[in-house]
This record gives sequence, C-alpha cells and structure tokens, in this order.
Amino acid sequence: MFKQLKLAAVAATVVAAAGIANAAEFKPAIVFDMGGKFDKSFNEAAFNGAEEFKKGTGIDYMEFEVTQVSQREQALKRMAKKGASIIVAMGFAQASAVEKAAKANPDTKFTIIDMVVDLPNVQSIIFKEHEGSFLVGMAAALSSKTGKVGFVGGMDIPLIRKFALGYQEGAKYANSGTEVFQNMTGTTPAAWNDPTKGGELARSQFDRGADVVFAAAGGTGIGVYQAAKDSGKFAIGVDSNQNYMHPGTMLTSMTKRVDVAVKNAFATAKAGTWKPGISVLGLKEGGVGYAMDEHNKGVLSADVVAKIEKARADIIAGTLKVTDYMTK
Amino acid sequence: MTNRTPALELRRVNKWFGAVHANKDISLSVDRGTIHGIIGENGAGKSTLMSIVYGFYQADEGDILINGDICHIDNPQASIAAGIGMVHQHFMLVDTFTVLENIILGVEGGARLGEGLAKARTELARLEKEYSLDVDVDALVGDLPVGLRQRVEILKALYRGAEILILDEPTGVLTPQEADHLFRILNTLRDQGKTVILITHKLREIMAITDNVSVMRRGAMVAHVSTKDTDRERLAELMVGRTVLLQVEKPTAQVGDTLMQVTGLNFIDAEGVQRLKNINLEIKAGEILGVAGVSGNGQSELLEILAGTISPSSGNIIYKGEDITRSSKKNARDLRKIGLGHVPEDRHRSGLVLPFTANENTILGYQDSPDYNRGTTLDKASMIKACEDHIEKFDVRPPDPNLQASGFSGGNQQKLVLAREMEQNPDVLLVGQPTRGVDIGAIEFIHKQLIKMRDAGKAILVVSVEIDEVMSLSDRIAVMFDGYIVGELDAKDATETKLGLMMAGIADDADTDPAADKGAAE
Amino acid sequence: MSEKAVRFGTPAKVPAWVNLALIPLVNLLAAFVLSGIVIVIVGDNPFKALEVLIYGAFGYADAIGYTLYYTTNFIFTGLAVAIAFHCGLFNIGAEGQALMSGLGVALCALYLDFLPFWMVIPIAIFAAAFFGAVWAAVPGYLQAKRGSHIVITTIMFNFIAASIITYLLVEVLIAPGGQSPETREFAEITWLLFFHDFLPIPETPLNISFIFALFLSGGFYYFVWHTRWGYEIRVVGQNATAAKYAGISSARNIILAMFISGALAGFVGVNEILGVHHRLILDFTGGFGFVGIAVALMGRNHPVGIFLAALLFGALYQGGSELAFEMKSINREMVIVIQGLIILFSGALEHMFRPRIESFFKRQKSVQAAEA
Repeated sequence: MFKQLKLAAVAATVVAAAGIANAAEFKPAIVFDMGGKFDKSFNEAAFNGAEEFKKGTGIDYMEFEVTQVSQREQALKRMAKKGASIIVAMGFAQASAVEKAAKANPDTKFTIIDMVVDLPNVQSIIFKEHEGSFLVGMAAALSSKTGKVGFVGGMDIPLIRKFALGYQEGAKYANSGTEVFQNMTGTTPAAWNDPTKGGELARSQFDRGADVVFAAAGGTGIGVYQAAKDSGKFAIGVDSNQNYMHPGTMLTSMTKRVDVAVKNAFATAKAGTWKPGISVLGLKEGGVGYAMDEHNKGVLSADVVAKIEKARADIIAGTLKVTDYMTK
Repeated sequence: MTNRTPALELRRVNKWFGAVHANKDISLSVDRGTIHGIIGENGAGKSTLMSIVYGFYQADEGDILINGDICHIDNPQASIAAGIGMVHQHFMLVDTFTVLENIILGVEGGARLGEGLAKARTELARLEKEYSLDVDVDALVGDLPVGLRQRVEILKALYRGAEILILDEPTGVLTPQEADHLFRILNTLRDQGKTVILITHKLREIMAITDNVSVMRRGAMVAHVSTKDTDRERLAELMVGRTVLLQVEKPTAQVGDTLMQVTGLNFIDAEGVQRLKNINLEIKAGEILGVAGVSGNGQSELLEILAGTISPSSGNIIYKGEDITRSSKKNARDLRKIGLGHVPEDRHRSGLVLPFTANENTILGYQDSPDYNRGTTLDKASMIKACEDHIEKFDVRPPDPNLQASGFSGGNQQKLVLAREMEQNPDVLLVGQPTRGVDIGAIEFIHKQLIKMRDAGKAILVVSVEIDEVMSLSDRIAVMFDGYIVGELDAKDATETKLGLMMAGIADDADTDPAADKGAAE
Repeated sequence: MSEKAVRFGTPAKVPAWVNLALIPLVNLLAAFVLSGIVIVIVGDNPFKALEVLIYGAFGYADAIGYTLYYTTNFIFTGLAVAIAFHCGLFNIGAEGQALMSGLGVALCALYLDFLPFWMVIPIAIFAAAFFGAVWAAVPGYLQAKRGSHIVITTIMFNFIAASIITYLLVEVLIAPGGQSPETREFAEITWLLFFHDFLPIPETPLNISFIFALFLSGGFYYFVWHTRWGYEIRVVGQNATAAKYAGISSARNIILAMFISGALAGFVGVNEILGVHHRLILDFTGGFGFVGIAVALMGRNHPVGIFLAALLFGALYQGGSELAFEMKSINREMVIVIQGLIILFSGALEHMFRPRIESFFKRQKSVQAAEA
C-alpha cells in the first residue's frame, strides 16, 4: 500500500517536474473564491480583468472556482504544480491557503487580492475602500434632501464595516448633521446574494427618512437598487460601475478596480516587473474611486462633484484623513 | 331458476406473487340463487381469489366465466359491469357524506348532481323495499353504527346492478345480533335470485347460512361440498389438514387470591372522549377472566391501563397489595419485573418490531434483564438460545431465530409474542385478542397454553371480540359496552344470546342505567 | 416438491448480494449514464470525464489523501445522521452541530494551549463532541417533550449556529489585527498529526481523524446492535407503540440518539479545525452535514455501507475538483449536477430499479425450485 503510494507520489512529482520544464511559455492562473466567477461583483471583476488580459495578449489562463474551504490550498498547490507562472488568489479568505502554498512553492509567484500575506514570493494587493466610500458618502449627504442616508452591507465582516465607516465619515464630513442608517443583510455568506432582504432593508431605511442608500453587498445590492428605483430615491453602486443598471436612480458607484489589479498582476509577471510585497491601492493609485458616466450625468450635480473632487485631492495630498476600520 | 348455467365459474385459475403461488389451479362453480361459502385459514388464498374476481388482480392463468361466458376482468369497473359487487372487510365509505351521496359516488350520472340524486333516491327506495334493507339515506355515514354501514355497502353494490355479491369476512366487526340480521338480509337476497359469495374463516357462519361451501387450504381448493352434507368438525379438518379440537377441555378452576384489583377506573382520551367509566374488576389467581364486547367499547384502553402503557384519569389499581396506579412503578417494563405479563391486542402495532429478527423480539420489554446482558453488551447467544427455546416449546415455524418477525405468518408471530410473555412466568398475564388472525390449528394450541397457565395458579385476563373464544376459555366473563362493564357472569351461565344482548348494551339485569339508556335508544 | 423449497406464505428472499451490491451499482450506473448525457450535451467526452474523475480521486497519492480526507468528514456526518435515523429521526442539523463543534475545539485550542498536547487535544476533541451533542440534544428535547418537529428545529439550529459563529468570529474571536473573520492560528501543540507527518506521502489534509472515523464506525456498530441502549433506540425508531408497550421511554431515547448524533457530527470540527485549518474559520463545514444525509441513506445506516458511501462521495468531491481543473467545459456547477444525480438515483429514486431487480431474482428462484 505505502509502496504504491510512494510510487504514485514519485509519478506525480515527475509529472509536475515535466510541467515546470515545459513552462517556457507564460502560464497565468487564477483561483476564484466561493462566490464563483459570475457573482456580479468581486470575483466577476477579477474574471473580467483576466479576460481582458487574454484578449490583449492571446494568452489563456488556468482557473478554478473554490466550492470547499479545503480546496483553496489544494487548488493553489495544483496550479503551482502545473507550472503556473503567476497565481492570483481572490479574496481575504484565501490568505492562509496562499501562505501554505507559497511556502511549499517558493519559486512560484502568488498575488493575493484584499489581504496581506507577508512572504518573499507573495504580492498582496489591498484597497483603501474607506477612501472610495468616503467620497460616495459625501455624494450621498450632499444629494440628500432629508439629511438622512442609508448603508446596506452584505455579510457582517470587518471588510464591510470598513466600507461603512468610510461612508459615514464622508457623509458627516460633507454635512455634519447627516444621519446615517446602517444595516447588514446577514451573518452568513448567503447575505451576499439576498436581493429580497436587501430590498426590504432599503425600504425600511427609506421609511425612516433616508433618500440615498449605498449598498456594499454583492448580489444583494440588486434588490437595494430596485427598491430605490421603486421608491424614487437614490442608490449608490459598489465594486464595479453599476450606474447603467438604473440610470437616474443610481447616484454613482464606488469603484474598486479589482479587474485592473488582476490584469496588472498578469501583465507585470509577464513583463518580468512583478514585485512581491504589499501594494495598497487607494484614490492616489486609482484603485478606488467613484464612477461618472453618461448614466449619472444629471443626477450628481456639478456643485457636488466639485466638492467631492476637492476632498479627493485633499485625501491624496494627505491633508484629509479617512479612518480605516481595520487599523482604528 | 331453471337456468342451470353457474352464475360464476372459475377454471384453473393460477396466481403467483413473486415466488409465492397464492392460488393453485383453482376451479370453482357457484350456482345462481345460492349462498356459497368459501372457507379457509388466514393466508389460504381466499382474499386473493376474490380480488381476482373483482379485478384488483389479474390471474396469471385460467378463465373467469360469468353466466357461461368468458369474461376479461382486468379492473373493478369491468367487474361491476359484469354484475359483480363486493363488500370489503374494511368499508370503502366517506364518513362525511350522507348514505345517498356515498351510494352514488362514482356513478353520479351527468354533470348536475341534483338529477342524479333524485333518481338515486327513487331507485334506492325500491331496493330497500325489495330486500328489506332499512337505512336512512340522508344520515351521515359517520354517524351510523357498523352494522348499518355494512348495509350501505350492500346497497351500493345492488345500486350498481350487482347480481353476484361477494362479502369478505362480513361479521368480523358485528355483534352476534347484527350478524344474524345480516344473515337475514343475505337470505332475502338469495330468495330474490341474487347469488351471494361469503368469505369467512368462521365455521359457525358457514353452517348457519350457506348452501354450498368450498374449502381452501394453502392456495388450493381442497373440497366442494353441500353444506347439509357436512359438519363443523369435518370442515375444520379440511381447512387445517388434520383433526382439531374445537372445544378446549379444561378442569374446574382452583380460584385463589385476588392479585389485581381495579376500583373506580375512568379514562378520558386525548380527544376528550371518556373511554372508560367507573370500571371495577378483580383478577384472581387460578382463573381466567374474559372480557367480551364489540370492538371499540373500551376493552383496549382497559388492557393498556392495566399493562401500564397509558395512565388512567382516575381510579386505583392494586397489584399484589401495592397501589401501582400512579407510582413510579407504572412503566410497563417495571411492571414486567414484578410479574405482570402482557400480550397486546395488536401484535403488529405493539407486540413486535416487525423489521427485527425473532431473537431481537424475544427480549422486547425484557431487554435489560440480566439474562440477556453481559455488562454493557447484549448477550446474543442467550437471546438466540431463549428464542430457540420459545420456538421449540410453541412450535413456531419456520424454526429460525434469525428470521425477521415480518417473515412469520400471523399465527407464528402470535406464538412468538405469547411465548415471550408466558416463558417469563408472570403471575398475572393480560392477553388481548389471543387468536386474532391465527389459524385454527394454532388457536387450539394457544388456548391449551393459557389453560395450562391458569392451572399453574396464575391469573389471566383475556380480552377478545370472538364470543366463542371468551365463552370457551373463561371462568368468569365481564362484558363491556360504551366504556362500562355492563355485567359480569359466571362462564357456566353464559349463553351466546345473553352475552350478545349485553354486548349490544341491552342488559337483562339492568343495574347500569347507561346501558338501559342505550337499550331504549335502540 | 417445490412446496418445500418455497414455503407457502413466506415472501421470497432475494440474495443478499443483490441488495447490498447489485442495486447500489445499478443506481450508480444510471446516475453515471445520465451525467454522461449531460456532459455530451455541453460538448465534452463523457468517457474522458469519467477517466479524469477516477484518476483525480484515486490516481495518485495526493488524490487519495484528499479523497480520504473528504471521506473522513462524510463518515462522521453519515454516522450522525444514521444514529438519528435508527431512532426514527431526521437530523438535518448535522451541519450546525459540526459548526458548533468547531467553536468547542477553538475555545479549547485558543485558551488551553498552555497545557501539554496530551491533555489539550483530548479536551478539545471532547469539547467538539460535547458542543455538537448539546446542539443536537436541544432539538431532540423539543421533539421529545414539546412535539416540535425535529426537521424544523434542526434546520433552525443550523441558522442559529451559523449566526453565532459569525458573530463570535467578527466580534470576539477574530485574530487581533486580522481582517478576515477567523481566529489566530492555534499553537502547534494542539494540531493533530497529519498522515504525511509519519508516512512518506505528499502533503495532504488527511490526518488521524480518519482513524477516529474508523474507530467510531466500529463503536457505532457495537452500540447500535450490541447494547441494550442501541436496541432501545432502534425499537423507538421502528415502532414507537411497541416501545411504549415494552416500557421504553421514547422521549429519553430521542434525546439520547440526538445527543450521540450531534457528538458524531462534532467530529467534523475535529477533522477540519483541529486537523486541517488549525484556526476557526467561517463555513468550514462546507455542506458535509447535508451530504451526510445522502451518505446515511445510501449506506443503509450501517457503518460498512456508510464507509463505502462516504468513500464514494469523497471520491466525487476530490475527483470532481479534478474535473473542474482538467476540463474547461465542466465547471463547478456541472460537478454539482453530477453529484446531485448520484444522490438522486441512490437516495430518492432508490426504488426505481429495486422492484424489477428483486422480482427478477424471485422469479428465477421459483423457476429453479419448480425445476428441482
């Protein structure tokens, strides 16, 4: 039995070695997290980035969608064994898996999004969501007639609280009398995809007087935006530019350029300029921002935009500090 | 009646269920205008045969001829169209419908109910008159007593134009008086030219009413005889395949101390119905106390309370001088430990765990006895040994302690339960329906065992709906009606008529008023 | 003399191997055929897929390690569901019970790690079983004494468990300075031994929990069929009126069976938290509790059957991820479809082929008997 196992292990190593030997060409890989690559949000943004890279270079990439906690480490190791040149791991939840896989494969490049893993062959990309949220918080407060704005979070985890805190600070900064209602959709991952509950939470906030609502809740947001449209209120999108969904209702979207991050990770790795370490993408780096396009042109007034732009410049300059929930 | 073609004829009918050959080469000829009995033990194939005639099953081989023509009956509709009506053992009636609605169910005739109802009403009035079947057609079926419901079933069949009426064990739920009434109805039907087929395992009924009788044993027809040319002993022998004693021989009872005394027992069930009303009983060593009554008059509840599986609402039970009514000893298992055995009325529902093997059932209720345990481990060897012992003493077949309980026939299952309870040598044994669904041969054996126990000085209480059984086993008989014990009499003084009247709530010594009330209502 | 060979009145018996091997295999085959059709529809080669699936599950040492690691979880939840089934209870809450067991493990591993390993590990294992057991015993109590339906309450308890764990991970137990809702890594002395720690095999999550699973399977067999407590649980499950008749308390046995059920489910926490992740994380139960229902059904509530069914599902999980790796047209949803078909055929449609196969064998037998 053990002999056979050993043989199999040897065989596997040989296969793996052959894989590496063949890896003259560039082989990028990406491991999506539980949400799946079509989650209309975080993972899908990453998928779009990878697709863009593929379109631009013609280089196909390996991918895997995690369905089990333990598959994360397994998938990362599999990718490494198959000779991936760079492996992008999506999401904070993959941190410990990346740590183990990176230690076991010191020659493979890893990039993790939304989390820091401090190893010599790992690049960690995190975003200053609080900065982007601060700006849309301002947009909300400045567009509100009632002086009350709402926030609907997805699953109640620190990352979402980071959004919430930035949003709140932005709203208060724009108008210190603004009242901010805050609700989380749930405490399980189901909260990422519960539009019905999202709609209910939004409506209850409208009933309490809010007239702008920001959803940082993945698929749940769809219900929030619909509720805003039905009640004639404003909504703010998240992660991707979601302005197109309900033109006139969508005030703006707080963008988090996960797609750019993924594409850049692939591109730099190909070009040989990929570097390990932590890169924090904020307003300054263009990693977060707020979306302006033809869909929300008249919705967000020029006056408001001017104020937001001023704050943005101040934040970039460092004269205006936004609290990061993680480090407070 | 000049036509000599048989109303129903079966030619070499065969039916298999998997490997079981349920009907073997059955040929049968039923003359028009007669009452034809089909008798046999449980599982002899009677019901299967009649289900083939009625179209529930199809025969694998053989022909069915009605009035001399071969008929293809592959569903009940075809059978009804051929003029066959069936009254099942379990009535197929809707309780919340009126008699009229039940009768036209399935033959409403047209989209508008009103017309059909009016037409049916006239037709029924004619039928009732012709066959002296008196039923209030506007009564709700749920409100009718069992005997009347059966009449509704008969009317239903006649309304559909039945010329041949099959009755499957029709007297199982009736008092002797109701049964007699049924027989009068059947006689009228015969006199009006209908053909009646009566399926039963009761010899008394065959002798009382049929013209001809066919005997089935193990799936085959073993005899066709004219009723007047035979007798009960001869039929019993044909059914079982050997000579049987129908009457148990028993010496005079040596009555001893009162082991169990019940005073003022009342029981109100979960639905708020009072099932037991002021029951007083004494169970004495060395005698068999029989409790007679039509099913559903409180006997089951009485048995369960005495056995400790349900608690009474009020009253007292003194067992060997100790009040066990509401003490911590009330649990059935604890009562077993102090010598109270219990054979339940329904072996499938409570006496056995059917998916368990015979040896696992051997320890049911005695599972924590040191005989069957070694420390924390169940002692399989001793379980199997005990089971083999029971199998041998009670002649259980097949003699396999590892066979699932569901694999034994009804009589053998009953023997397994009886053996379990009797072999623990209890001081008081409570037995519900000792021979329900048990073959004649096994009945004889079970009765002998009970009497042997009595003669060993044990106290036995037997609850049975079979009046013959109560009369032949008991030394003393208590009759229950509507939750009361309406009378208690010495077995020597009991006659079928006397008991039958008491069972119907018409007590001759009318010392209990509710019975008198009921009697007046009748 | 066919009379003797086939006793009249007894149902004909089907050879045991038909019941235990042939029928499950036919069901499995049907599921594979249908999955194959689905794969053809999405434009891939079903035989290649099957090959990848089997190779991915058993083809090399890593794969076997992962397969057995999943198998371990399924054995625990399968046994948990099975003991409840023996008592006539449908425990849908193995998922929540496993989650709570993770909490038990984490509390011990986080706060008792000053103890030597030979103390802290047994304590953590006990805590896992105990937390799971209590989480199951409460619905058991509600069923036994209050008549609240166990299916409803165990489902509700799954949600409650998930909420509690999330709350604790977000607010209380989160690693200091950590971003994601998980505890700090446990001290190394609390970790269970991996197989690769003492065997010359590649690194996989397979740990000594697998050995616990085998021991518990044996214990399960002994308890259910060879002790009076197991006997009483089975009587209650098969025939509650007979239990009453025998003086066996249904309420007590329902609570006991659920307690044991929860304790068995709790070993998922031992395998996952103490064995693999070494920190309490969200969602580590990954649906194992629900698959346990299918495992118990397929395994006929018998430890040997449960082991085989667990191995099948372990292979499907591992081979399924291999499929997702190797064949681009087969994404994870497709893998779930295949797993679903297998559950459908071996669980829900169990009786589709059974009557035909059984009657074929019965007929065969009666023909033989007649010829003899």
